[in-house]
Amino acid sequence: MKSIEQLLQQHPFFHGLPATDRQLISGCGENCVYSSGEYIARENTPADFFFVIREGRVAVETYMPSHGALCLQTLHDGDIFGWSWLFPPYRWTFDARALEKVRAIRLDGKCLRQKCEEDPRLGFELMKRFAKIVAERLQATRLQLLDVYSTERPPPAEVR
Amino acid sequence: MVPDIYRIASRTEEFPGTCTLGITPHSGGRAGNFSAGQFNMLYAFGAGEVAISMSGSAQDGTYIHTIRSQGLATQALHRLREGEFLGVRGPFGSGWPMEQVAGRHLLIVAGGLGMAPLRPVIYSLLEGKTQPSSAQLFYGARRPQEMLYTGELQRWQQALKVVTTVDHAETEWPGQIGVITKPLGAATLDAENTVVFLCGPEVMMRFCIQVLLGKGVSADAIYLSMERNMKCAIGHCGHCQWGPNFICKDGPVFRYGDIRAWFDIRAL
Ligand code: FES
Repeated sequence: MKSIEQLLQQHPFFHGLPATDRQLISGCGENCVYSSGEYIARENTPADFFFVIREGRVAVETYMPSHGALCLQTLHDGDIFGWSWLFPPYRWTFDARALEKVRAIRLDGKCLRQKCEEDPRLGFELMKRFAKIVAERLQATRLQLLDVYSTERPPPAEVR
Repeated sequence: MVPDIYRIASRTEEFPGTCTLGITPHSGGRAGNFSAGQFNMLYAFGAGEVAISMSGSAQDGTYIHTIRSQGLATQALHRLREGEFLGVRGPFGSGWPMEQVAGRHLLIVAGGLGMAPLRPVIYSLLEGKTQPSSAQLFYGARRPQEMLYTGELQRWQQALKVVTTVDHAETEWPGQIGVITKPLGAATLDAENTVVFLCGPEVMMRFCIQVLLGKGVSADAIYLSMERNMKCAIGHCGHCQWGPNFICKDGPVFRYGDIRAWFDIRAL
């Protein structure tokens, strides 16, 4: 069986990270398996973890009154879920639900925050990697809002 | 150029407002040869003429066209039923550079109706006429209900790896939910040995190109199909002029490295 550190090494999020850093991070991690339909995170509950998805499909959802759960995006092998552990008040902003059997590494946010405070170089390295993911998700959301496949476009702005 | 009369041999409603017509010459015989990526001018009598890409197999002897009901001409074409007639001029334009594909990794990236001009490329792979070292299709759409040719996707997996993604869906949808740039960005590529065929709304193509260039794919290895209103389709009227090019004659398929100066000019 592979150790947490070996599993982290295989995941794209940790590519290029020195072995010493991976060892340190793996001390905050544990393997976990979610079955289909199981919630990995619930909106507005404490966000003490983040998840490295090794295998399976996860829906990021929000609840819409008189509609039910609305899926904003799906995450897959090689993705990361959760950055709410990084910023106060450390609460999830969305639900995350396994759509099939999901294998993930659950990393303890509190433990990691502590390590990052003690080692700002590691903290900056992790922050850069998270910032890249946040920027990519923001870009994706903008593109989603553009509704590029629709034939309807907003009317051109009036020139005065 | 006078249109030939064609008869509608088959009509499939892909989803409300979008249909696929199979048309054959009214005089009998087979429809002429074409290259993947070319288009015909379809004439709905009394309504007008419009450029529509080939979206069938070049071997069938039938022209297949997928039409979204949008303007006057396409609305009239969409209203046509089996056994009715339309005018056809073509095929016109440059095709996808199939000779570039042999021995390389082929990445097909389609968005929305942009799947239609790329389907003949997939047929060519399935028929064994084009042999890349490997092939992948990334197909993005607005919703699962607005995806084209869904009944064929499984068969296509024989020839290429298929990744589908939609902007919005219920979680019962088995593909990915999110924009096409995400799975494209996560794809493992041998960038130096990859050739890309890209077709979709211009905004979507712009963002996909950013992702592809970021992954190290050369601008000269990216081919895209452009869409503009056409009139004559033979390079005479200037209606489709785009920079120094006429899309009807020099395109619709262009190499990004050749046209990036025009592609990046706004409102051109
Ligand atoms: S449509 Fe007339 S020049 Fe292209």
